Amino acid sequence: MAAVLEITGLEKTYRSRRRGVRRALDGFDMVVEQGQVHGFLGPNGSGKTTTLRTLLGLIRPNGGRMVLLGEEVPAALPRIAKRVGAIVESPQFFPNFTASDTLSLLADAGGVSKQRVAEVLELVGLRERAKERVKTYSLGMKQRLAVASALLKNPDLLILDEPANGLDPGGIREMRTLMRGLAESGMTVVLSSHILGEVQLICDSVTVISRGRRVAHGPVADILAQHAGTGVTVKLEDPAELSPAAEVLISAGARVTPHPDHLSVTNVDRPAWVTRTLAEKGFFVSELAPVRVDLESVFLDLTATAPVPGQARQVDDSATAPAGGWGV
Amino acid sequence: MSLAKAELRRLFKRRVTRVFLALVLLGLALIPLVFTLTSQKTGPEQLRAAEVKAQADFEMAVREHQRVVAECEALKAGGATDLDMRYGPNCGKDYAPTREMFSAENYLPFEFTFRDEFGPSVMVFSAAVALVAFVIGASFVGAEWHSGGMMNLLLWRPRRIPVLLTKLGVVLATMFGVTVVLGALWTVAFWLIGRYDGVLGKLTAGVWQSFALTGARGATLVLLAAAIGFGLASLGRHTAMALGVGIGGIVVSEIGLRIALQIVEVPFADRYVVSTYVTAWLNKEFTLYDYRSCAFSMGQCNPAELTVTWQHSAIVFGVALALVLGGAIWSMRRRDIA
Repeated sequence: MAAVLEITGLEKTYRSRRRGVRRALDGFDMVVEQGQVHGFLGPNGSGKTTTLRTLLGLIRPNGGRMVLLGEEVPAALPRIAKRVGAIVESPQFFPNFTASDTLSLLADAGGVSKQRVAEVLELVGLRERAKERVKTYSLGMKQRLAVASALLKNPDLLILDEPANGLDPGGIREMRTLMRGLAESGMTVVLSSHILGEVQLICDSVTVISRGRRVAHGPVADILAQHAGTGVTVKLEDPAELSPAAEVLISAGARVTPHPDHLSVTNVDRPAWVTRTLAEKGFFVSELAPVRVDLESVFLDLTATAPVPGQARQVDDSATAPAGGWGV
Repeated sequence: MSLAKAELRRLFKRRVTRVFLALVLLGLALIPLVFTLTSQKTGPEQLRAAEVKAQADFEMAVREHQRVVAECEALKAGGATDLDMRYGPNCGKDYAPTREMFSAENYLPFEFTFRDEFGPSVMVFSAAVALVAFVIGASFVGAEWHSGGMMNLLLWRPRRIPVLLTKLGVVLATMFGVTVVLGALWTVAFWLIGRYDGVLGKLTAGVWQSFALTGARGATLVLLAAAIGFGLASLGRHTAMALGVGIGGIVVSEIGLRIALQIVEVPFADRYVVSTYVTAWLNKEFTLYDYRSCAFSMGQCNPAELTVTWQHSAIVFGVALALVLGGAIWSMRRRDIA
């Protein structure tokens, strides 16, 4: 399948006299294939929005190569802009204009027919409220308007940054259906979101970014499968023995995360190894089950952003990509 | 072209544009209205009334003079001295009012003279429209930056400089159109006042040419104000940047600088003040006087003069425009859009 979006070695460094040098993108790579719904995930401050802004010509990169729809950007952006619909970060519109005015002005600027304005307003469920000023809209309604503005061009590639932000549950479901419908019609959708349950449901593939580098990418199913195979949960007949049992497993080479009533054990080849190792030391397993992973737990693991009791994690405290890292 | 049309629509959909255009229209309409109400054509009836009033005032002044002289002489007869200080020599008899002092001309109602007074009115008109142009120009791009509209637009039209210049072009074209239309209405209004409530005066081709040149300089000032407002707001990516610099500039230049330079006794301190150049531009020239150069103990003094011409103003305005717009274009080209 042809790649619609390719990023290779993208770099962006912010320099400030007060805050010094910060590498927002540090050799970031990304590939999105045609017709996919692709999730773009990363903790706050990991470089997601910087990547999208750079891709759309709003930020000048310090290095790297970007190709959109087969053409190198930002040089080709004026040519291909009509084929790329995007919303970047929170929806921002002139508050005193109506939704209808906002879209019709964009349509005028982009040479899109007025009829399309009505179509996209219908599509995102704003038909009845189209004549109201944007400042009266809720965040969810502004989000719908932002999606409508991105869809106005009927693009080949749709880039949406947090499109479900502020939507009610019904709206999230509608957005999910819309994304799938667009992908089925041949549109490629790149979706940046923190609602990982949604991403898991909607997306065919994902790229995970942390501290400006790709830490994982590939089909969602593959990523879940790879993570699912790496761990088991262990319960003992006597929960008081969990702590010494954990030490046994760690000394045998496993990675163990203790919980009040069980242990999460990773870095093991086969579950039977856990049973045998513990039995040899006189600990008897009452329950052994593979760790059920979802995208959220994989994300937290990959980016090392799982909350730790008693610690306030700072936005820059996330994982960097290991050399030849997982999923690469 | 579609972008220019869209931006023109956007400009007129904006509340700031509508409100400020309405305000300037109302404000400017008030001025001819006041002239209409106060100006009165001078005819035989007005002349006769003025003559009667002048005569009455003259007679009253004579009576008052006679009363004061009589009072002085009574005091002198009573033995009072030092009356000269109060009544003048000889009890002020030598200063009796004369009829010439009460010319009927001074008692005529105000009569607007188009030939003499339209020129200065064009300056008032230009200054008012320039102020509004500054605000509209600044707000048009400043609000776009602040609300994220500029970013949205650049996602549709990823050519930064053409987008910025198209917006600027739309503001300038609009303000030029507004100035021409309002200027025409202004001219017609004052011509009508001169025709029906005052006098037109001798309107030669030279007079009309002079009005046209004043109007052209006024229109240029409007465009300059719009461009500088636009450029400042674009540089700061916020309307407040332009308004802040505008207000700050006025305070610093017109008050702070003027006081500071006078304290340190800089000759012709007003040549460093913006309003001097605006006045010179509209008025063709503006003469500054340095009274410090006078030594009054030596008798009458003709103070040193410095004439600021409209050409000087053109240079100052040109440099300011180049700096602000050049900065805005450079910023648009180089800075990230966050």
